[in-house]
Amino acid sequence: MTLSLEHISKQFTKNGQETVDSLTDISVEIHDGEFVCILGPSGCGKTTLLRLIAGLETPTAGKVLIDGTVIDRPNPKLGMIFQDYSLYPWRTVNENITFGLELHGIAKEQRDAVAQNYLALAGLSGFGNSYPYELSGGMRQRVAVVRALAVDPSVLLMDEPFGALDAQTRNRLQLDLLDIWEKTKKTIIFVTHSVDEAVFLADRIVVLTPRPGHICEIIQIDHPHPRDRTSVEFAKVRRYVLDLINQPKCTLQ
Amino acid sequence: MQRILSRAGSLQKHSVLKVLLPAGIIISWEIIAIVLNNPFILPRLESVLVVLLNPTVDILGNGNLIDNAVISLERVVAGFFVAAVLAIPLGIGMARSETIHDLFDSVMQLLRPIPPLAWVPLALAWFKIGLVSMVFIIGMGAFFPILLNTLDGVKGVKKTWIEAAEILGARERQILAQVILPGAAPTIWTGMRVGFGIAWMCVVAAEMMPGTNSGIGYLIISSYNWGQVQVIIAGIIVIGLIGIVVDYLFKVVDQRSFRWRELER
Repeated sequence: MTLSLEHISKQFTKNGQETVDSLTDISVEIHDGEFVCILGPSGCGKTTLLRLIAGLETPTAGKVLIDGTVIDRPNPKLGMIFQDYSLYPWRTVNENITFGLELHGIAKEQRDAVAQNYLALAGLSGFGNSYPYELSGGMRQRVAVVRALAVDPSVLLMDEPFGALDAQTRNRLQLDLLDIWEKTKKTIIFVTHSVDEAVFLADRIVVLTPRPGHICEIIQIDHPHPRDRTSVEFAKVRRYVLDLINQPKCTLQ
Repeated sequence: MQRILSRAGSLQKHSVLKVLLPAGIIISWEIIAIVLNNPFILPRLESVLVVLLNPTVDILGNGNLIDNAVISLERVVAGFFVAAVLAIPLGIGMARSETIHDLFDSVMQLLRPIPPLAWVPLALAWFKIGLVSMVFIIGMGAFFPILLNTLDGVKGVKKTWIEAAEILGARERQILAQVILPGAAPTIWTGMRVGFGIAWMCVVAAEMMPGTNSGIGYLIISSYNWGQVQVIIAGIIVIGLIGIVVDYLFKVVDQRSFRWRELER
């Protein structure tokens, strides 16, 4: 799998005439199996960038390519996880997980078997017949992750998935996500505004400027996972990123 | 223990309060009826009960209570069904497509405030007396609550529900059937519940149209012509009871199938 963003720009039209630049000239190549975090302040267009990759929006200029094909609509190679989980409250956990398979006409017995596997992967065995509203926020997000995984995409796009969770749950889910990442060898593109989260998770951090967002710097982090938040190395990288996002080149438009 | 006792006490207080007014009304009714002593204005409670407790006895050659109530219900169901079949797809279309919305919106806005019974003379002129007229009037009553709630319900479907389905590879039809319809169903159901209530009011009024010769509304108006006030009151009570039962059924389905709407928050 190769995913490349080539000179992506995105403008929105406000009130039918005035145009607003959301993203300007974003180019980056994402490697197979890589964990990439997109870091930036609120409103910098990082969610828009993720939606462009997902094919939910089309860029004003430039293109997104997966294995050489231009993405202009949702593509089965790309899965997405939303901040609000976006589970279907009228479906049980199992029915949510297998929704994608159902859409593709996979038989019920086969779907149930897949559901069992992914429930176990999410650490939710025994909750298959529960409804989303019976689960905590952290558990719901786990369901959302395995729902995306169940159709076996190559890339997982995650839009501030842990943003609505408390710190403890958030740390737990970060560890579990790394675990899933290692087991499934997916490529992950993860949007966040938390420096700590990005430094903890990413192989590479793409730092965006405020709107209109463009790439300020791409930081490679080579420390092996799982990382120790209390270690000196972690603190060093964290400080570097925190310094960077306050420098003029990352704050000026 | 104290708390349980006081809760039981408050429960008792509630049920006492709830029967207080009905009991008062019944007692005052009986007293006024005795004092007036004129069954053509206010009959005694007993004579109404006689009608209610013998629902299979023919009334003035117009058929019995049950048969007439069933006829009314059938008409309501027919009109309601037609309204739902038209309103739900139109509502979905208007919510999903700006073109369809713009095409229909002005006419809908214009028709909506017209009371269903204002259509009675037109219905008679167009369709003569009979089922088609009834269905038309009842349908007019039920149509707009269902349409507006369908519109609301479909617009209220979370954008990310639809996007999540698109990402998982859903086609347009699958999104409609698997995401939009179930997502909007609770609100559509509310519209149907309100619509049925209005339809039920309309049928009784429609049956009072000249030339009708069956239905609970007809039974009432014909009893008026014969001075049978106890039948009028019995008919009114039957109308109320059927309304309560149907609304209760709608509510039960709502609580069973659409529980997620409340629990989701």
